[in-house]
Amino acid sequence: MDFLYQVFIDPFVQMVDLPDFFLQVLWEGFVSGVLYSLIALGFVLIFKASGVFNFAQGIMVVFAALSLVGLYALGLPAYVALAATIGIMFVLAYTVERTIFTHLVNQPDIILLMATIGLTYFLIGFGEFVFGGDPKVMITEQLGLPTGSTAFDVLGGLVILQHIDIAATVIALIMVASLAVFFNKTRIGRALRAVADDHQAALSVGISLDQIWIIVWFAAGIVALATGIMWGARSDVSFALEIIALKALPVLIVGGFTSIPGAIVGGLIIGIGEKIGEIYWGPLVGGGIESWLAYVIALIFLLFRPQGLFGEKIIERI
Amino acid sequence: MLYREAGQFKTSYEADQAVFPILQDRFGVVAIMVVALLIPLVASDFVLASIMIPFLIFALATIGLNILTGYAGQLSLGTGAFMGVGAYACYKLTTFYPDVNIVPLVLISGVFSAAIGIVFGLPSLRIKGLYLAVTTLAAQFFLEWCFIRIPWLYNYNNSGAIEVPERTGFGGLVLAGPASPPVTRYYVVLAIVVAMTFVIKNIIRGRIGRTWMMIRDMDIAAELIGVRPLVTKLSAFAVSSYVCGVAGAMMVFFWLGAAEPSAFSITLSFQILFMAILGGLGSLMGCFFGAAFIWVLPVLLRTMLPSVGIEIGAETVEHVSRMIVGALIIFFLIVEPHGLARLWQIAKEKLRVWPFPYG
Repeated sequence: MDFLYQVFIDPFVQMVDLPDFFLQVLWEGFVSGVLYSLIALGFVLIFKASGVFNFAQGIMVVFAALSLVGLYALGLPAYVALAATIGIMFVLAYTVERTIFTHLVNQPDIILLMATIGLTYFLIGFGEFVFGGDPKVMITEQLGLPTGSTAFDVLGGLVILQHIDIAATVIALIMVASLAVFFNKTRIGRALRAVADDHQAALSVGISLDQIWIIVWFAAGIVALATGIMWGARSDVSFALEIIALKALPVLIVGGFTSIPGAIVGGLIIGIGEKIGEIYWGPLVGGGIESWLAYVIALIFLLFRPQGLFGEKIIERI
Repeated sequence: MLYREAGQFKTSYEADQAVFPILQDRFGVVAIMVVALLIPLVASDFVLASIMIPFLIFALATIGLNILTGYAGQLSLGTGAFMGVGAYACYKLTTFYPDVNIVPLVLISGVFSAAIGIVFGLPSLRIKGLYLAVTTLAAQFFLEWCFIRIPWLYNYNNSGAIEVPERTGFGGLVLAGPASPPVTRYYVVLAIVVAMTFVIKNIIRGRIGRTWMMIRDMDIAAELIGVRPLVTKLSAFAVSSYVCGVAGAMMVFFWLGAAEPSAFSITLSFQILFMAILGGLGSLMGCFFGAAFIWVLPVLLRTMLPSVGIEIGAETVEHVSRMIVGALIIFFLIVEPHGLARLWQIAKEKLRVWPFPYG
């Protein structure tokens, strides 16, 4: 009886008792949800355009952030370093496309997935080799991003919002909106969707696969750079971020692998769900459930709606 | 010229269906076994303890993953956690039964791993492919959390780590623990790995193995002709987790001597996945190739490069070997998606007609 009370009644009582704390938890969950959805956005881009699940997105985030910080440490001014990093991401996209994906046209999905896993491993080794393994500080103020925080008096208590979190939300929304417009309204966007459907069919109607893939990997690289800057601004840039990127998988499952708005919605669901679960139900089982709660949420979604909230229905054929 | 089946006629069905029907293959296997038995005479303790024993243990774990991903087609990223379940189960078993010989306890601990594997394999009935990988990721992170948060598993000790107590058996030999000589441990590990490889090989060649491969290739068609997906997928999870559990128990008891929950992290899962991919998914011999390659490569780099004159730090060796492994995986996927095992098969095909250009 006591156990039932603890699981089903007590957390909600706590939420109502301290409403400002609840709002703070909601906000933290919202922010981490936005950051997860930024990572998921990169995955969705590449999946939507080439049918490849890019396991290397996480390491691209780390790589982009490390390049930016490394170039700044070499003496370049902040915005020049930013432009140079964008150039580096383009070179990375071009190299990846030329060396890997040109040779793997029309291979089964599992082979492409494993190629990206190999790419991840290679980039981890390469990144550690070039930049060193210790954590670095992101150049937040130099880029013009706001720091500091504001406190709001709400419901008799205090809710503190960090400015960088608000900036991250705005940037994420802008990216999502522009990418959605890009995919749906432009000619290149249509070509990208055609390539995702069937590589060889797209080739036969005259779409240049190489060009499309370079464009999409470059776009994913830009998203990775934005994600790296935002994540790095909140906590230092280190290779641990690569594992956090695995959290994007539950986001994709909840939102749908091919949906850009789904990445945001899924990110918010996972972020908020995870935080609330950890704060209010976590202490019952000893805490630390943040590491796997997202996956369990995704698992429950999978059992009832495998294509995610906004994804396309999976059709099986013999 | 040497590798020809000409003249080898089989006079019974059993002889024809043998695991190694070609005489030269049998010679080869016997030769490998003899070499494996005689290695301790020439190898130092360091080579045995740091190269041969982990190579055999990783090969067994790769066999476990290969059953699930290569033969049954269910991508799994939770290998590390299943190995951990086997290790902790063995630790608790030997705590409860300190007088029982450690080898049967290691083999029994796999059963607990198999049970957990079945539980986390249940979603595979509704979910496939990449989505299933997410459920195995859930298993990985959840079980890792359990290893930390359930103090009963590590006997409530303060460090949160498990340490292997001294265990003897087979007439006074010290099998496990700090005082155990590498030679003894090597022979025990070799015996277990050889026996389990033999058993797995026969399972794969039998009815169950064929149903796994049917589900991997065309699961809807397989269901239509009467293969029960529930039994097949869960049996794949069970056998795979059993093998991984035994490998995990051996890893702690016969190699590391102690373990923390971080020893069974997602890094281990990825390492074994790479061994399976490089060696060749769907091939038992490939497991040994892949494990040898990924395990031995950093050791080789560390020892050979200084002898050539290139001084290299231990960290750099790790980074460079990661880059080489990543690049090789991509290279193999482009050139030969079936891995080192397929290259070996092609070599054998060429050997059949050598030295003639055609046969």
